[in-house]
Amino acid sequence: MTTVNLPVIDSRLQVAPRAHLDFNEKLAAHGTELRRAAGVETLQVNVGKLCNQACQHCHVDASPTRTEIMTGEVIEQVVAALRRLRIPTLDITGGAPELNPSFRHLVTEARALGTHVLVRHNLTVMFEPGQEDLPEFFRAHAVEVVCSLPYFLEQQTDAQRGRGVFDKSIEALRRLNRVGYGIVGSDLVLNLVYNPVGAFLPPAQSSIESDFKRELLARYGVTFNRLYTITNMPIKRFLDYLRRTNNEERYMRKLVEAFNPHAVEGVMCRTLVSVDWTGRLYDCDFNQMIELGVAPELPQTIDQFDPAPFAARRIMTGAHCFGCTAGAGSSCGGAVIRG
Amino acid sequence: MSYYEEDDLPRFSEMGKHRPDLFEKFMAWYGACQEDGALSRREKALIGLAVAHALQCPYCIDAYSQSCLESGSNMEQMTEAIHMASALRGGASLIHGLQAHHSVDKVSM
Repeated sequence: MTTVNLPVIDSRLQVAPRAHLDFNEKLAAHGTELRRAAGVETLQVNVGKLCNQACQHCHVDASPTRTEIMTGEVIEQVVAALRRLRIPTLDITGGAPELNPSFRHLVTEARALGTHVLVRHNLTVMFEPGQEDLPEFFRAHAVEVVCSLPYFLEQQTDAQRGRGVFDKSIEALRRLNRVGYGIVGSDLVLNLVYNPVGAFLPPAQSSIESDFKRELLARYGVTFNRLYTITNMPIKRFLDYLRRTNNEERYMRKLVEAFNPHAVEGVMCRTLVSVDWTGRLYDCDFNQMIELGVAPELPQTIDQFDPAPFAARRIMTGAHCFGCTAGAGSSCGGAVIRG
Repeated sequence: MSYYEEDDLPRFSEMGKHRPDLFEKFMAWYGACQEDGALSRREKALIGLAVAHALQCPYCIDAYSQSCLESGSNMEQMTEAIHMASALRGGASLIHGLQAHHSVDKVSM
């Protein structure tokens, strides 16, 4: 157990400052560095910040009042990039991505190109006007559905995501099960995402996954494929929560102390490029939210995107990166080190 | 100064200042006890939480509350563990009532 001296935090900053929390310094101390892999496997597209929910931990600050939405023109640039570059996976996120008027067009076009499409789905958007047939739409296009459900109990889920969200989420999961998602013998993949409901690290993914499987089946008759544990990132609304509850220093110390050099190799930013609602490029969705773009020598927008110059290039980092390397690591696909 | 300071918990390693050899031995043993074994980390964290309450150690209560959350326990399970510790403390007091009975019996007609 060691003492970590943390700086006084400037409350005006949207991300914890780099002084004393220098991620690259930490990497160097462990004789490693963070560079991109040879290829880009996933294009993660944030189609807008509009959401029907306003979750306490949201790193996007998404809510029903946000107006930043990717236009049809930028959607076409994304489709053109998929066509041109044949990136294996399109990962669509938001906000609630389904609320973008061009969402279904993007999914349809990408699937027509043979791209694997993954949608980060908040479950409750299914009950918004015009979204009732989402399970059938997902099934028709064999979309991989990744749903947020922070816990298998109402109290924790509603505390993070808003009153009434748990009941709606369970009903949405039942609908997805009914059309064939997440059930034995089906190819339709339904994965869940666990985020800690507060300022603590997630448990071991395999252990909490078995709890979710047992409890969701016993209590609600719901089944799913995999559970991903994702660490809450100290940016935007979760950072506000940390500051409001006087937990920032303690949480950052926890992340830094739990730094695991073995998690570095598996972080998503090595093989992913993130696109914002205007078409700008980032190393990950978290960097996108703090407007930390890709290295300046690289193409900056989706219409100019070419994976070749990205190979083995440096990844832009900040103090929030400690969130992805704490413990078993964290990525958009859950823990980096499976145990 | 209060007798218990929250900031002292991360300074625990300062207890290694005067006899680092003893502290290192303690930490190696302490760390090994936490690992998955015949009992899972989660079960061990719940035992730790219960013992922390029995000992009424605020540092341990803080540390093991976090460990329980980070090993996947919920408040229902944690509260049951705390009740186990409390019930044992209560029972341990109550069983000593027999000693009072013996003491009274010894001098009574």
